[in-house]
Amino acid sequence: MKDGPRPRSFYALAAVFALFVAFLWGPMVAIVALSFQGPDGGLVFPMRGVSLHWFAVLWSNEGSVDISGAFWRSFRLALVVMVLTVVISVMAGLAFRRRFPGAMVLLYIAIASLIVPSIVVSLGIGLEFRLFDGLVQSLGGDWAQRNFVTLLGTFTSGLGAHLTWTLPFGLLIMFAVFNRFDPSYEEAARDLGASRWQTFVHVTLPIIAPFLIGVAVFGFTLSWDELARSSQVMGSTNTLPMQLAALTTTVTTPEIYALATLTTGASLLLVGVLLTCAFVLRRRRSAG
Amino acid sequence: MTDTIDTGARRSIRRAIPRLGLRRGQGAGEGLLLALPMWLVFALFFLLPLAVTLVVSFWEFTQYSIEPAFILRNYADLFDGCIDGLPYLCTTLKTYLSTLKFCFLVWAVTLVIGFSVAYFLAFHVRSLPMQVTCFLICTIPFWTSIVIRMIAWIPLLGRNGLVNQALMGMGVTDQPLEWLLYSDFSVILALVHLYTLFMVVPIFNSMMRIDPALIEAARDSGASGRQTLTNVVIPLARPGILIGSIFVVTIVMGDFLTIGIMGGQQIASVGKTIQTEIQYLQFPLAAANAVLLLIAVMLAISALLRMVDIRKEL
Repeated sequence: MKDGPRPRSFYALAAVFALFVAFLWGPMVAIVALSFQGPDGGLVFPMRGVSLHWFAVLWSNEGSVDISGAFWRSFRLALVVMVLTVVISVMAGLAFRRRFPGAMVLLYIAIASLIVPSIVVSLGIGLEFRLFDGLVQSLGGDWAQRNFVTLLGTFTSGLGAHLTWTLPFGLLIMFAVFNRFDPSYEEAARDLGASRWQTFVHVTLPIIAPFLIGVAVFGFTLSWDELARSSQVMGSTNTLPMQLAALTTTVTTPEIYALATLTTGASLLLVGVLLTCAFVLRRRRSAG
Repeated sequence: MTDTIDTGARRSIRRAIPRLGLRRGQGAGEGLLLALPMWLVFALFFLLPLAVTLVVSFWEFTQYSIEPAFILRNYADLFDGCIDGLPYLCTTLKTYLSTLKFCFLVWAVTLVIGFSVAYFLAFHVRSLPMQVTCFLICTIPFWTSIVIRMIAWIPLLGRNGLVNQALMGMGVTDQPLEWLLYSDFSVILALVHLYTLFMVVPIFNSMMRIDPALIEAARDSGASGRQTLTNVVIPLARPGILIGSIFVVTIVMGDFLTIGIMGGQQIASVGKTIQTEIQYLQFPLAAANAVLLLIAVMLAISALLRMVDIRKEL
């Protein structure tokens, strides 16, 4: 079956696949192209000139878009989410190998966290923190009246909301990793007298390291692009996707396309760097 | 019947948990400790918020504050005029019907495209590196913000966009088509664009587990291509179809961003209603709506599980 001539269905499905790829890429290619227009470019084709004008406008913060605050806030948040996702997922992955009581419940909760609509999660966290605020106000007395504003913020409620989205993915990846994991290496280390911590640091961790980069990629990009769960939990601040969503209704110049090109580039760059790391790690392993 | 689905699902979930490592009973305490951070995150940012939402849905609200109480008025408001107004549909029912319409259409389109693409990748692409390459080609556009992937349609579908330019150039129409953007059509198109991959990946995953010998056996026993597809491939790809469907349907049910941006903020959906109520600080009302949405999502999932199972029975 593997080597025979291609059946007719192959060509039909190949055409479907090609159309699908064109469908996925077409719009992206269009806005990347349009972001490199000249100063009098508009939102649609044909392109009017070719320049970096709109990137310069974006960079100088002179245009209608003040983006750097949201950009760096999102970047910092995504980094924190990435680190926490990796650490918490690995710990939970190790826990599931040990069959702790309540394991099934935790797994069901993680899956539920993926399925419950983001607007519901976002509203819930927002309400919860509003109640916390009320509690602090009533318990904190004078000091709270004067100084306390709210617990809602990027690195409190915002961070938590993003983790409810990234951790289920991290956990499922860890399952896949540990399902292919050969425990005899760990047994060998233990037979040679390594403590459990030494076994983890010198044996388990190096073996799973390349896959952890996969978890990191997921953690970062899911947070970096997250919008639905962010909507009610960021307090007075906002993230880059929130800023972008707000801009869709106000900006009518290719500046927004330049911004799209920039954020997509940043995201792809990071994914590229991390995947290269994973590749190098595996290479070195198989060479050694 | 639900019993068998349940145990089946539970078994397949349990199978996913790594079975290696330590002997039974050993290190259970350590396991609990290692799982603690994840428990904490989900308790504080998922379980408690859902509980708070349920509680607040029974609270009173004024224009600027919410007050603890136990009233059913928020739910009553939701269904105001839904029974005695019939046959005219009340706002809530209309919104849910519109949302369900989007769910069904997007589900049908993503299922057909997702199944075809997964089938191509699993059975027609012959080498692993080629499969990985094809997958990368499909996933790269997913590493960018959904907002960007939505606004990317503007230069194509807008009044002066490429599609209209092409159609007018070919003489198909002499006026730009208005329904291409900010319409039901553009919402469905964008949702399909955003979420088809969620259908492709799980279906591809279950197809890769199908033993090629089974397909060969079907062919050797004289099954036509279509018979092999309906009697061998589709039944065996069922878990993937199910997982992808649950993903897509639940995402569309709660969606407010795509319907907002691609619908020009003019099309109603349940998620958008909740968002609007939050903007007007009507938190208890929004909470009641969220509880209702959650129930609807659970009903949809159980309907999907049942539908797939019934097909097996036939």
